[in-house]
Amino acid sequence: MPSFDETLSRLQTELAGRILKTDLHRGETTLFLDKKDLVSVCQTLKSGYGFNFLADVLGTDRFTDDDRYEVVYHLRNFSESGFLRLVVRVDEADLTVDSVCGVWKTANWEEREVFDMYGIRFNNHPDLRRMYMPQDFAYHPLRKEFPLIGIEGSIPLPAKE
Amino acid sequence: MGLLDKQIDSGGVVITTAENVLNWARLSSMWPMGFGLACCAIEMMATMASNYDLDRFGIIPRPSPRQSDVMIVAGTVTFKMAERVKRLYQQMPEPRYVLSMGSCSNSGGPYWQHGYHVVKSVSRIIPVDVYVPGCPPRPEALIGGLMLLQEKIRKEKFGVKHEAV
Ligand code: SF4
Repeated sequence: MPSFDETLSRLQTELAGRILKTDLHRGETTLFLDKKDLVSVCQTLKSGYGFNFLADVLGTDRFTDDDRYEVVYHLRNFSESGFLRLVVRVDEADLTVDSVCGVWKTANWEEREVFDMYGIRFNNHPDLRRMYMPQDFAYHPLRKEFPLIGIEGSIPLPAKE
Repeated sequence: MGLLDKQIDSGGVVITTAENVLNWARLSSMWPMGFGLACCAIEMMATMASNYDLDRFGIIPRPSPRQSDVMIVAGTVTFKMAERVKRLYQQMPEPRYVLSMGSCSNSGGPYWQHGYHVVKSVSRIIPVDVYVPGCPPRPEALIGGLMLLQEKIRKEKFGVKHEAV
């Protein structure tokens, strides 16, 4: 059985043209991708390198002028006990990323959560609704400019019984 | 009910007021609705399980609001949940009682200052009879709260609608 390190170095050479940057921190590899390559890279990782499980999708708000948001994907390769992180950066001017639901079905709810909290839209998502907040809520709570205490009156409270 | 036992032992006749009997029946079978909202619910489940054994008090969780007498609001009431909590309360038959368990449902708790999604006290949507403090309250505290509610029911007057805050 090939070890995961071999798989990693193999995928780094074979995908070199589509990787913007590689980061190694405490034994965990992070690949930065351009968002237009995301789905094709994910398909290759699943079919050719054994990443059969999408553990998590999350967003971050870096509060910078360009490429303000990040969407982060945590992948696992069960047969070789491997872990890989993918990062795509999203600019405020175009808050969309292609959905990876077609590759891993589990992305469905994870991407809905990112959409709910950051307002990043996922193209080709089968059911992009808010995950936690009420459907008619007008804000995205994990954005840095959103006040911690919330916005008065943004969610109506039922009248007291 | 020491008097009652003695009377039953010696002849089988009991004389009491209808009010007493009704209150005694109500406080001896306070069926709570089986629902929980957050971490406090874990403690509520522990209270219902064998170590603390709420069955001793006739407190048996019911799967439907239509069969429940008490609502234990165990946990964080979010704005999204607030409407559901109120609807569940409205579905309960009277007389109905509410026990607010834990800081979250008492006052917003850890989310008092920084929580855009949490209702700062369940008493803003439904009337509450007993507040149990703690984060989470220990099972003893919950039992204490339920016993307090029993005392409240014991003092109820016939035909007078019970008051909660
Ligand atoms: S009061 Fe504490 S333990 Fe109870 S629901 Fe709130 S945070 Fe959880």
